[in-house]
Order: sequence, then structure tokens, then C-alpha cells
Amino acid sequence: MARNNEIPEVNAGSMADIAFLLLIFFLVTATIQTDMGLDRKLPSKEPTPPITFNERNVFRIVLNKNDELMVESEIMQLKDLRNAAIAFLDNGGESQGDNDDCSYCLGARNPNSSDHPKEAIISLNSDREATYGTYVTVQNELTAAYNELRNRESQRLFNMDFVEMEQRYFDAETPSEIKKVLKENIMAIRDLFPMQLSEAQTNQIK
Amino acid sequence: MAKFAKKKDGDLPAVSTASLPDIVFMLLFFFMTVTTMKDSSLLVENTLPNATEIKKLEKKDRVVYIYVGKPTQEYQKVFGTEPKIQLNDKFANVDEVGSYILAERAKKPQELQNVLTTALKVDKNANMGLIADIKQQLREVNALKVNYTTYEGNAFNNLQ
Repeated sequence: MARNNEIPEVNAGSMADIAFLLLIFFLVTATIQTDMGLDRKLPSKEPTPPITFNERNVFRIVLNKNDELMVESEIMQLKDLRNAAIAFLDNGGESQGDNDDCSYCLGARNPNSSDHPKEAIISLNSDREATYGTYVTVQNELTAAYNELRNRESQRLFNMDFVEMEQRYFDAETPSEIKKVLKENIMAIRDLFPMQLSEAQTNQIK
Repeated sequence: MAKFAKKKDGDLPAVSTASLPDIVFMLLFFFMTVTTMKDSSLLVENTLPNATEIKKLEKKDRVVYIYVGKPTQEYQKVFGTEPKIQLNDKFANVDEVGSYILAERAKKPQELQNVLTTALKVDKNANMGLIADIKQQLREVNALKVNYTTYEGNAFNNLQ
């Protein structure tokens, strides 16, 4: 009887396939996701001197515990909030011809609404029982209102959307000379429609 | 003569693929070690709300995360169903947020300590009271830049 003493060699040809399978699995599952969200700046802890402002310059939004919205003492649907905020910010109620009237505002110039975008303050009160999802929706609509107005002015002055300018500015691949110009433009637009969102804690509204 | 005739006519010698698995395994181990999946150990439910007007949260090295939501099924027996705060793989109370931020800030390099952003990853069903308390805590420690982390999508889907 002929005996074969040599150990037969295992065919390792399919090993590569198995390893590739594992590799692809890890590549697919471990996606490096970037988080996205709404940026906000909280007010500083240091007490600020009380600023005096006219009641017409404040846009009061109240979110109650049933996630219902009250804007300027009237119940409003969330989908109408954006346009209401735009109308308020863009009003430019200061009479035309004054030194500080809003030359770029296209609003109704209602004397009972905001004088100037630079003076317009949006005040948001949310009940402790309100849900976070609704709160984010409100914040999203307010950001959209500001973005829409800023885009309009940005298109008029620089032929580019404000949102796009910001994106280009934060893009790491944009060269620094362009960034410098973009930063100036962004600051100019932000100055036209400064975001003044107050979230003072008030507990008396129940 | 027979010695020379052994060679076959024009057959290419097969390239040895025996080292291919080694190369691929090397790649595999590289990816396994580099991609850390830290976020997988969530103790709270974390369905983020949707929003459209969002900005990317770039530069992960300057972000501190705070998770809020109700505890997941397995923890509900112990911690109840009220939304809780999760800091670094464990539940925490509101008054621990400040010291957590300070501790995280101290871990970062000097030049990043003033530009940190706090990403609030909050479940959309959490209530605002807890968020207001967290924001108050953040103000106490002067961590003023916050990011309400969301998914991209129609914001009105949050209302259901």
C-alpha cells in the first residue's frame, strides 16, 4: 500500500474572498457620520444692564405645555410662524425719510410693528412641559425667517445666497483670501438682520 | 534531452496570490482599529428631531456631547421612563452637567478650550424643562456655544 506521508496543502485561494467580505462589512457599517444641527449662542451669565425697548419691537412667541403656539397674544399654527416672523422683521415701521429708517426693508411699514430689523427682538417662551421636538421646529422656522431675509439682501448686494456664503466660509478647502472677503460680506449681512432671539426664563405664564 | 522537453509550451506561471489575504487582513485591522464606534452605547432613546436650516458640526475634536432622552427598555425598570441626561456612558443629574463640561474642557488642548461647542443630542419627546435646566448649567460654566443636533428633514414631522 502506497502511503502518502506529506500533508496536503490547504487551498488558501478563498481566504482573500473571506477577508474582503469582512473588510467591506466594516467599511459599510462604520460610516463616519457628521452631525448637523442648529447653532445657538446662549446669553452670558453676567447680568446685562436692562435695555429699554418699545413693545412694538418685540415679537412674543409662547409655547405652552400642549405644544400650542401663541404669537403676539393670538393662537397661531406653526406653519404660519415663518411668514409672521418675516413680516415682523422686515416691517421697517420707522417713517420714511427719517435718519434711521430701514432703506432695505420691503415690509408693510406698519407703525405698530417693528421699527427696524436692528431693533427687532424675538422673544421665545417655552413651558417646561413643552416637547423638545416642537421647540426645535419653532427654532427652525425662526432661523428660516432670518435666512430668507438674509438671502434676499445677500443676493441684492453680493449676488450670492447668505447660506451659501456661510457654507463656503466654513469649508476648509476655500482659500484664505476668499474667506476674508466672505467674512466681511457675512458680517455685513448679519449686521442688516442681526439675530436677536431672547429666551428669558419666565415662569408666570402657565 | 528529456530534461529540456519538460517545459510546457507558452504557459504563463500563475502569480501567487497567497499573500493577498495578508494584505487584506492588514487593511481590515487598520479599519477596525481606526473607526471607533463609541456612540453605540447609548443608554437613552435618542430619536433626534428634524430640521432644515442646519449647519454641519465640523471638527469633532471641539465638540462635547450631552445626550438626553428616556432610558432604553432595559434601564427603564431601574431609572423609570422620565427623560434622563447621559454623560459619558452613564446617567447623570442636571447639577452634574456643569462639572462634566469643565472636566471635558480640561481634557482638551489649551488652544481649543475657548472654542468648544456643546452638542445637545436630545430625544424629540423630551420636555423643555430639562433642556432649560441644562442650558442654565451651561451658562454657569460659560459654555455658551450650543448646537441642537438634529437630522435633516422636514421640521413639521416633529409634531407627531
